[in-house]
Amino acid sequence: MRKEFRLAGAGGQGLISASIILAEAIASRTDLYVAQTQSYGPESRGGSSRGDVIVSDSQVDYPEVTNPEYLLVMTQDACSTYAKDLAPGGVLIADSTYVKEIPSVNGTVKSYPISERAREMGREIVANMIGLGILAGLTGVVSLEVLEEAVMERLPKSTWDLNKKALRHGFEVGMQMAGGGEEVGEGTRA
Amino acid sequence: MEESRSRLYQGNEACVEGAIAAGMRFFAGYPITPSTEIAELCSVRLPQVGGTFIQMEDEIASMAAVCGASLAGLKAMTATSGPGFSLKQENIGFAAEAEIPCVIVNVQRVGPSTGMPTSPAQGDLMQARWGRHGDQEIVVLSPAYVDEVYSLTIEAFNIAEELRTPVILLMDEVVGHLREKVTLPKPGDLVIKDRKKPVPGSRYLPYAPGEGEDGDVPPLAAFGDGFRFHVTGLTHGPDGFPTNSPSVGEPQIKRINSKISSRREKLCKAEELFTEDADILVVSFGSSARSAKKAVKDLRAVGVKVGLLRLITLWPFPEHVIQRIAAGKLKAVIVPEMNLGQLAREVRRCLDGRAPVIGVNRVAGKLIEPADVIRAVQEVK
Repeated sequence: MRKEFRLAGAGGQGLISASIILAEAIASRTDLYVAQTQSYGPESRGGSSRGDVIVSDSQVDYPEVTNPEYLLVMTQDACSTYAKDLAPGGVLIADSTYVKEIPSVNGTVKSYPISERAREMGREIVANMIGLGILAGLTGVVSLEVLEEAVMERLPKSTWDLNKKALRHGFEVGMQMAGGGEEVGEGTRA
Repeated sequence: MEESRSRLYQGNEACVEGAIAAGMRFFAGYPITPSTEIAELCSVRLPQVGGTFIQMEDEIASMAAVCGASLAGLKAMTATSGPGFSLKQENIGFAAEAEIPCVIVNVQRVGPSTGMPTSPAQGDLMQARWGRHGDQEIVVLSPAYVDEVYSLTIEAFNIAEELRTPVILLMDEVVGHLREKVTLPKPGDLVIKDRKKPVPGSRYLPYAPGEGEDGDVPPLAAFGDGFRFHVTGLTHGPDGFPTNSPSVGEPQIKRINSKISSRREKLCKAEELFTEDADILVVSFGSSARSAKKAVKDLRAVGVKVGLLRLITLWPFPEHVIQRIAAGKLKAVIVPEMNLGQLAREVRRCLDGRAPVIGVNRVAGKLIEPADVIRAVQEVK
């Protein structure tokens, strides 16, 4: 078993952070192997930003993500750039706050106004936690409790409540997506 | 040390934790991408364990400070990349000549010159071996996995201490920045080696070979231990003072070379996969070897008789391992590496025409993909 996750958007949306928390949760609380990488270059300052996670039941050989089974895109740019890489049968999750057009993909498209919900919760900066929660709820790769522990290990205490609230919300949305297949929220599908 | 539960570590972080577990208590450096996290973490972790971190004015001074700290009795390390590795060479040569144990980490990035600071490469394979002037053997280790960064950093210190020599840990940007699950061994399960020290009260000749199995590595006193001795980069006699005498100088230069070359088989570590019955062999190291491993597994799954040799020790070069595998019938040897053929050239030298050597090369900062290796193997068939 080898599953690839890609979390892509703009610098400042916290997607690299979210990918590290996902990897940390898997590394410290499951028997699975995990490898996390990120786009690392001048572009990571304000431009596009990307965190990648590979989960496997054996040691990961090639450590980079090429065709993610699960692709979270939180800007139109990220969606336009990475949608074509989605593994056949994979799931593309789009933040419909910013992603307005989704190219045709050989998989499932789910869309949800992630950043808008985060804003309603108090701060758009926790959009990454909603996104992370959705990925976990949808895939079942880690439990909500394990993710919350990883958040508390990595992030400052003053942010725990809001981050955990965002995570929980995302997790529920993710489980709904997994169960019903019914699209939540608006978005344009090609 | 923390309890031994699994955790996510970045490669550069695992290097620092391995170094501290090995007993490193001094780090001097000048931060440079993609090795910067090593300096950053040392500045946090060393004071916590009673050690010292110094950010020096440049790489030349950092390497000099590492030599000084080691002579004062501490296990010392520096970390760098690209242009910084070039600057450190003179004092690495000094450490080799003056037989100062220390560890130099090079997290390789694209060169030449400033190159691509944030992108991976493996172009310093030959510089690590030949970057200094004059004849000297050097030990170079190359990890491919984050948990291996931890264990090889400890190994680098152990070899440095046992052989009184600089050891280079040759990483690359992929391994340095990659985060993976690591289960740290319990401190009691680690093998930690310390340098031999002279017997108090004895007459101390810091460069005089002694008797017995490891007699070619003289004990090393720490300044402050009460021994008065001289250290120089000039060719020196057993007492450490300069000499121009060929009859004194030649044995000294030969000894600092043979103490490493005579231990080739002991020093050489490698991972082999399906090499017993392979008729095509893939030889690689560092992060490229992970792509090679994936390719070899995929090809085996469809019945191609291909094997992998992943070099963990790069220098001294494991020619005996390559020659043993090549004693079977090899149709070809494929060498994936992020440079223009430095390892392939060395493999070709070892094979001496017994099998064609085909390179798979990338130099502009992108990790070799398994598909690149698979294509090269299929072209042989």
